[in-house]
Amino acid sequence: MANLKPKEVLLNPVFKNNPIALQILGICSALAVTSKLETTITMCIAVTFVLALSNTAVSLIRNHIPSSIRIICQMTIIAALVIIVDQFLQAYAFEISKQLSVFVGLIITNCIVMGRAEGFAMKNDVRLSFLDGIGNALGYSVILIVVGVFRELFGSGKLFNVEILRVSTEEGGWYVANGLMLLPPSAFFLIGLFIWALRTWKTDQIEETN
Amino acid sequence: MSDTQQTKDESEADGPAASQTDSSPTESTSSAESTATVETPKWSNDSISKTLSVSFLLCIVCSVFVSTSAVVLKSRQQSNKLLEKQTNVLIATGVINQGDNPTPDEIQLAFGKFEPKVVSFETGEYVDVDPSTYDQKTAAKDPTQMVTIPPDIDVASVKTRAPYGLVYLDKGDNGELRHVVLPVHGYGLWSTMYGYLALQSDLTTVTGFVYYQHGETPGLGGEVDSTKWKAQWNGKKIFDDEGNIEIKVLKGLVNRTAPGAEFQADGLAGATITTRGIDNTLHYWLGAHAFGPFLDKLKAAGE
Repeated sequence: MANLKPKEVLLNPVFKNNPIALQILGICSALAVTSKLETTITMCIAVTFVLALSNTAVSLIRNHIPSSIRIICQMTIIAALVIIVDQFLQAYAFEISKQLSVFVGLIITNCIVMGRAEGFAMKNDVRLSFLDGIGNALGYSVILIVVGVFRELFGSGKLFNVEILRVSTEEGGWYVANGLMLLPPSAFFLIGLFIWALRTWKTDQIEETN
Repeated sequence: MSDTQQTKDESEADGPAASQTDSSPTESTSSAESTATVETPKWSNDSISKTLSVSFLLCIVCSVFVSTSAVVLKSRQQSNKLLEKQTNVLIATGVINQGDNPTPDEIQLAFGKFEPKVVSFETGEYVDVDPSTYDQKTAAKDPTQMVTIPPDIDVASVKTRAPYGLVYLDKGDNGELRHVVLPVHGYGLWSTMYGYLALQSDLTTVTGFVYYQHGETPGLGGEVDSTKWKAQWNGKKIFDDEGNIEIKVLKGLVNRTAPGAEFQADGLAGATITTRGIDNTLHYWLGAHAFGPFLDKLKAAGE
């Protein structure tokens, strides 16, 4: 673990070691918030903030955290950051924060944040941990945005609330909206397809059959 | 990647157990004191004093950050909430539509035309209390002001209510009453649901009914937020000719061609208890123990 290159730390989690696609972590929020791009992007920014700063903070005090209470120490840092994000959203993006409702709070239990704090930040210096946080957040965001684009475009014919496909209503329009795309299960299918595509491209990610 | 992580975790798991058996209490405290000056072995972190001090300091630092952000952002959050409440009064009366995106200035301008009034539930008369400072929600929980609702009429599980209600009157250019907006709340399945009911000047026909705060299940009871469910309230009638509360929120859909359909509203699919809660909320707040006397007075004045 000693010779990690900053560039690899930053970029590997995007495709090579993606937290959602390879490690299958953080699925819950990926299902819940991706029905519209607006909420998706907000969630990505929130997770990026929390992940980068929690990794940095944990790494800063990693030599002083007693191992018997290390998990609870990480949780305290993560929870504090999440509450701060939530406060900011309520003040500056009130409508979006209402739509995200509990899911901002649930970043606390997002396995990616916890996993990176325990798996990386506890063992690496501050700069690398910060980059690792950003990198993993990018990996998370890539999937969320891809899923969000598909769900909003095919579910309601819009992107960022701007109409792209004219949904057929009584006043005309030709596109029949796919209602399934607005429901959480569609994110499962999309993430599944994404993983399929990714593993076709990077064959080393294919798991051996038991 | 995952292999190396696993071995690391195992070695770490050995660490604390080994140190607990090996080191005596005195040793661990002395090593904890030296952590500030020299690079010490990892195990000294596990002494009781170090564990306590690290957790204490961490909590202090985190709580300072959290409370700072809460205090600094509080005024902005409150103005957001106020604006949302005003928006909902406007939506209930049909001044703005759901999905419109009015600017805060537009909302305040439109809301400024409404006349807030504080009404005594007991007498139905206006009371001389400043509406801009009166908070019905706080008063309902204040032991010196609150009125306990007898259990047999507390169908909406409100338990206590304020002595006065804060209503909004929407008046036309010649001072004629166009709408009256009543605040209502009641228990659903998980949460108390707060909403506004706007009545037309005949005081029985509904213009709009919106909930602005609730914690019901998204997709089921949470559908009280849906545009479609809210839209059905326009034109519903609350009271029959004798002044009895006739409105009913059905379990299921209303047969719109049947007689009396104007006294019935669609329930929410898959949310029987929320639906019943809405029905109870309307029955309590329009009844004799709440806004009933006020509506009677208002009706008598109009005739």
